[in-house]
Amino acid sequence: MKHVIVIGGGIAGMQCAAELARGGIRVTVLEKQSDTGGKLRNWHKLFPSLTPAGEVLGGLNHTLRRLPNIDVRTECEAAELSPRRVVLATGEELECDAVVVATGFTLFDARIKEEYGYGIYDNVITSADLEEMFNTGKVSTTSGAAPRRIAFLHCVGSRDEKVCQRHCSKVCCVTGVKQAMEMKELFPAADVFNFYMDIRMFGPGYEEMYREAQQRCNIHFVRGRISEVSPTIDGRLQIKAEDTLTGRPLKIGVDMLVLLIGMRANDMNAVLEQRCGLERQTSGFMRPRDQFLHNTESNVAGIFYAGAVTAPKSVGESLNEGTAAARGVIEYLAAKECTDNSTIDE
Amino acid sequence: MINFGYSINKPRVIDIDRNNLHKSNEILREMPELQACIGCGSCTATCTAGNLTSFNFRKVHTLVRRGEYQGAYEEMNKCMLCGKCRLVCPRGINTRGVVMLIKRKLGDF
Repeated sequence: MKHVIVIGGGIAGMQCAAELARGGIRVTVLEKQSDTGGKLRNWHKLFPSLTPAGEVLGGLNHTLRRLPNIDVRTECEAAELSPRRVVLATGEELECDAVVVATGFTLFDARIKEEYGYGIYDNVITSADLEEMFNTGKVSTTSGAAPRRIAFLHCVGSRDEKVCQRHCSKVCCVTGVKQAMEMKELFPAADVFNFYMDIRMFGPGYEEMYREAQQRCNIHFVRGRISEVSPTIDGRLQIKAEDTLTGRPLKIGVDMLVLLIGMRANDMNAVLEQRCGLERQTSGFMRPRDQFLHNTESNVAGIFYAGAVTAPKSVGESLNEGTAAARGVIEYLAAKECTDNSTIDE
Repeated sequence: MINFGYSINKPRVIDIDRNNLHKSNEILREMPELQACIGCGSCTATCTAGNLTSFNFRKVHTLVRRGEYQGAYEEMNKCMLCGKCRLVCPRGINTRGVVMLIKRKLGDF
C-alpha cells in the first residue's frame, strides 16, 4: 500500500487526507497543534452564508475518523522533507511515496503596525480576537460596556510595503463586512464605520452581502486608511484618516477598533526553500509549478501543495485544493508505478 | 491696523464627534439606498452641471453623510434635475431623489 504524508492538519490537509484514503492510500497527517482543524478552530462563522465554522470542521473530522488508513499525529512538526522521506523535529524519519504540504499561513502580528496601538491601548482588537469573542459570547469593551461606536480597519498587514506584505490577503474585505454586520446585529444602536482602501468582493454572494451591510445595516464605509490611533482622556480611541472621497482629513472617536489582519507566509517556507529545494514567491508563499494547470504541484516531483501555503485562500478554495492535490498525488503514484514496472521488465 | 497678510486657517478636518449627524441620519433613514454608494463617480462624470461648474454630486452627498452641511444646499441648487446620474448609477440609487431630499432637509441650514 502506498503511503503519503500530509503536512498540516488544517482544512486543506484534512480534505486531502480524506480524498487520498478514499483512493486506497495510507495517509499520515502531521499536525503541530494538539488537534486538527488549523485556524478554523478559532473561527466562529463563515462568510457569506454565516455557516458555523464548527459545522464544517465537524464534518471534516467525522470523515477523517471514519475512513481507514488515516493516521493523525498531533503535536508533531516536520523539519525537513523530500518526496520519499519526512524528518520530524524530534529527529524521527518517516518513509513515504509522496508528500503534500498543507501548512497554511500565519496571521499577521498587528503589533508590528504600532500606529494602530494593538497591544498598547485597550479596545484595539484583531478580527481573530473578535471571532474568539463571538465564540465565548462575551463581546464588549474592556470595561464590559456595550460599544456605541465601532470602527473596522481593512488591510492591516496586507498591501503594505512598510511591513513587507505587498500582497492582498483576499478574505479580510469580506470578513470585515461580515463582522461589521454581526456587530450591528449584536449592538443595533451602535454606529459602525469601515475604513478601507478598496473593497474586494471576489466571491459569489459577497457583493450582495456588502450591499446589504451598506443599505440594510447602515454601516458606514469610509475610503481611507487610518493613519494613527490615540487614546482619549475619557478612555476611548481617536482615529485619524483621510476621507479620500471628499478629499478631507477626518477624525472620529470610537469605543472599539477591530483590525482586519491579513495572512502572511509561514517562516517555515524559507526552510522549505533552503533545505528542500522548493521555490517561493516574492510574497513568501510557496510557488506552484504552474498557476493554471499544475497549481497544486511544487517544482519538485512528488511534493504537492494544498491550501493557503501557496497564497491566501478562502475556506472553500482551500477545501477544493485539498481534493485537487489528492487527485494529483493519485495520478503521480499511478504514473510512477507504471514507469517503475517497465524499468523492472527491462 | 497694518495688514501683514497673515491669517488663521479654519481646520479642514471632518470631526465626526463634533458634527451633528441628526440631519444626516434623517436623510439616510428616508433614503437608505444612498448608503449603497460605492463612490464610483459615474453620477459626477455624466453630470451636465458638473461639467460646466464645480458641482460634484458624489462629493457633496458624501460630505452631507459625514455631517458637513455647510454650503450643501447651495451646491445642490446647481443641479438641473436632468436625471442622467440616475440612469448611470450602477447601484440604482435614485440620485435625483437624493438631490431633492438634501435640499428639503437642509433648506434652512
